[in-house]
Amino acid sequence: MKRHDYPQPGPPAALTRTVGGTTPVPAPFDHTRAVSRRDFLKAGGVLVVGVSLFGCSQESNDAPAASAPAEAPSPADPWSPDVYVSIDADGTVRIVSHRCEMGQGIKASLPAVVADEMEADWERVVVEQATGDPRFGNQGTGGSESVINFYQRMREAGATVRTLLEQAAAAQWGVAASEVRADKHRILHEASGQALDFSELVADAAQLPVPQPDQLVLKSPEQFRYIGKELKIPDLEDIISGAAKYGADIRLPGMKYAAVARPPVVFGKVKSFDAAAALAVPGVEQVLELPAAAPPAMYKALGGVAVVASNSWAALKARDLLEIEWDDGANADYDSDAYKAQLLESVRNPGQPYRDHGDFDAAAAAAAQTLDAEYYAPHLGHMMMEPPAACASVTAEGCEIWAPTQDPQSLIPMAAEVTGLPPEKVRVNMTLTGSAFGRKFKGDYVDEAIRLSHMTGAPVMVQWSREDEVRHGYYHAVSAQKLSAALDAGGKVTAWRHRAAYPSIMATFDPSIGAPSKMEMGQGVVNLPYAIENVRVESCDAPVKVRIGWLRSVCTIFQSFAINAFTDEIARARGLDPVQNLLELLGEDRTLDFSELEWTPAEGHPFETGRLRGVIELAAERGGWGRELPAGHGLGIAAQYSFNSYAASVVEVAVAEDGSWSVPRVDVALDVGQIVNLDRARAQMEGASVFGLSLARYGSITAAAGRIQQGNFNDSRLVLYGLHPEVGVHIVGGHGKPSGIGEPGVPPFAPALVNAIFAATGKRIRELPIGNRIA
Amino acid sequence: MIKLTVNGEERQFAGDDEMPLLWYLRDELALTGTKYSCGKGLCGSCTVHLNGEAVRSCVVTVAAAAGGEVTTIEGLGSDELHPLQIAWAKHDVPQCGYCQPGQIMQAASLLAENPNPSDEDIKSSMEGVICRCGTYLRIEKAIKSVAGGAA
Repeated sequence: MKRHDYPQPGPPAALTRTVGGTTPVPAPFDHTRAVSRRDFLKAGGVLVVGVSLFGCSQESNDAPAASAPAEAPSPADPWSPDVYVSIDADGTVRIVSHRCEMGQGIKASLPAVVADEMEADWERVVVEQATGDPRFGNQGTGGSESVINFYQRMREAGATVRTLLEQAAAAQWGVAASEVRADKHRILHEASGQALDFSELVADAAQLPVPQPDQLVLKSPEQFRYIGKELKIPDLEDIISGAAKYGADIRLPGMKYAAVARPPVVFGKVKSFDAAAALAVPGVEQVLELPAAAPPAMYKALGGVAVVASNSWAALKARDLLEIEWDDGANADYDSDAYKAQLLESVRNPGQPYRDHGDFDAAAAAAAQTLDAEYYAPHLGHMMMEPPAACASVTAEGCEIWAPTQDPQSLIPMAAEVTGLPPEKVRVNMTLTGSAFGRKFKGDYVDEAIRLSHMTGAPVMVQWSREDEVRHGYYHAVSAQKLSAALDAGGKVTAWRHRAAYPSIMATFDPSIGAPSKMEMGQGVVNLPYAIENVRVESCDAPVKVRIGWLRSVCTIFQSFAINAFTDEIARARGLDPVQNLLELLGEDRTLDFSELEWTPAEGHPFETGRLRGVIELAAERGGWGRELPAGHGLGIAAQYSFNSYAASVVEVAVAEDGSWSVPRVDVALDVGQIVNLDRARAQMEGASVFGLSLARYGSITAAAGRIQQGNFNDSRLVLYGLHPEVGVHIVGGHGKPSGIGEPGVPPFAPALVNAIFAATGKRIRELPIGNRIA
Repeated sequence: MIKLTVNGEERQFAGDDEMPLLWYLRDELALTGTKYSCGKGLCGSCTVHLNGEAVRSCVVTVAAAAGGEVTTIEGLGSDELHPLQIAWAKHDVPQCGYCQPGQIMQAASLLAENPNPSDEDIKSSMEGVICRCGTYLRIEKAIKSVAGGAA
């Protein structure tokens, strides 16, 4: 593997991981038998036997191999017939994980697809985290689309290698390639009983021409060895032993630590500052002003004043001692109370229609009954446990970055622009992320590290405090929505209108945008699957006063909340059971086509209402819909198609006399087609339910005088241990083209919860968060 | 000059004695397994053991740890994995993993004091350590698999 030709400041620790010894299916594990730490650290990237759960970390600063070498590899060089795969002379298979690992488990999932298709023994696979590099294709990790976009590509990568190894073995034996087959790191010729290990075939296989994708034969699903099973994540051992490396864990010789005082109002500027007290703090070396940002926000650093010190504590302490006079600028008028009134007023008036099927007004005029409801949900913060942190080392020769980043390739032009270096001299190392939820797509914190390293000439680690994270976010949009429905004399729903007003994500890139975009309203609103004749969807004005970003599940969170809560209101108005109502609104199984509205699903993933019905029915069945409940308990259901996946949740709520409440149980039904890693699919649904509970119970970011009013976990709370529900995860189907698991579990939770609260108490909640008590 | 023991090794520190133990461990000793998340003792990501008790290292100064014995995730279980670490792996607890060292250190302290905790005991101990990924259900299972001598 080729190193970059400029000096490396030092190897990032453990950016690659060995999977050796992980078990693809849960083997009975005798945990009374202690595993020696020394033993498992000793185990290398080769077959690991015995009780050892894990392999070990392989420190490497190498970029993954790119393409097939023209000549046979020397024993020291890996053979790399595909950008994602290489094989060492000893048969160790190295698979590149090019996406961002943030807890969703992608670092196991996509490599396991490669390993499966090539019949590699997972215990002889090393997963290597890619650097940010266009050779790997799109690395911007979000939208639950890693598996959708790369499943087929990974299968082809694995099949390419397997095919070459089969051809090499067949040639050695003088038999037709069709007579041999791969089986767990070996090629077998059953007729003669011969077998060769992958390591014995690497040199010959490397001489063969790489087959085209259309020459490959892919496995059938029943042949899958790992796909659809339970796989352990490659970083498990490092995580539980404290060795895993996140953004702030890189240590370089001569590295400085920095903290930044940023404008309290977005696009504010430094008027003047006094650094005397900050400079007096032991360990503080420099105080530097960073240039103010101007719209569009993009991923740019906000500017402000930075303290550079010999340790994080000195930097953070001194930063708080800076005396800064700010020019707040145009966003200082942002006030959440006033803005809420403005949004509600906006949805009480017509907006720009994004969907207008039939004639809503005529149907409403002719209706026997009409229903209206307004829903409101505040800004949310990302609150990932790891606040932003990043390290950059800029020299005359190059810029090297270590960052927890969902979008590593975006950092290359960013660094080139700041430093004046050519893009090929920028190297972006992707650390683990201490969760991300969309926040770490935006590299403003990396921009700060690049600038400060460029200014000081030293490697600089920028550490954000929790307060920095809460007050300088790219917030999930605050929203108001008004939903209206018309029912005829028979109770049939004849018309549906959905108006939404919220500041658009698009304004982060184009400040002229002042209403929800089609992309955003395409997350559940425009593509409403109900079989209703007259449907009108309107985007209503909402100016943008803070940086708006995307949070796990994005606009589907509040749009699904409103749609599913309103659906429950319709059920009650019709006197129908909510599940029956939901299935009736969904109508006959059919494939939906909204292409005329500029909404299309991922290629090969049509939106099929039958799959939504399937998850509704399974959630209702496994959630015990209709079962006897203790006093004060209620069940609610919600279903949501999002990110090409289908999920439904049945939430059980328990409400006490004093209004305090808890969620003892959630049942989530999920249809994402072929599951890649069953364990992570379950884990994501469990986590999504807790995530959904946090946002429904506590989630609220507010502003006054343009300043965010929350700062830490005391005033921007998350669900704690003990409030977590039991979560049953139920998989529908499990075959067909796979879609993502990271986001679809979140949207159904909050509406199922408020519907459950209605069932328990008769109280209709249309505004989030709910708080600890139901008023 | 402050003297303390970290993971069995004697250490001396002559810097700012107001420095929280967290930053001393991370920046001076490069023991980065202990994580920063809130800085106010609100979330538990930075939990270590000081003289056997779980503390939030972001709000305990190095001076307050003087003469004490500190154990971090790197030193838990010394030469062998702690049964909780094995249970954590068996139950595939971590998602992003960032809070998990703090979770494990908190749980280890709980079981050291109370090998057979009730649900309420587990709750009152573990509710101080926040997991944004929502791994609580598996944390519960992992702790219960070790508690009461089940290991």
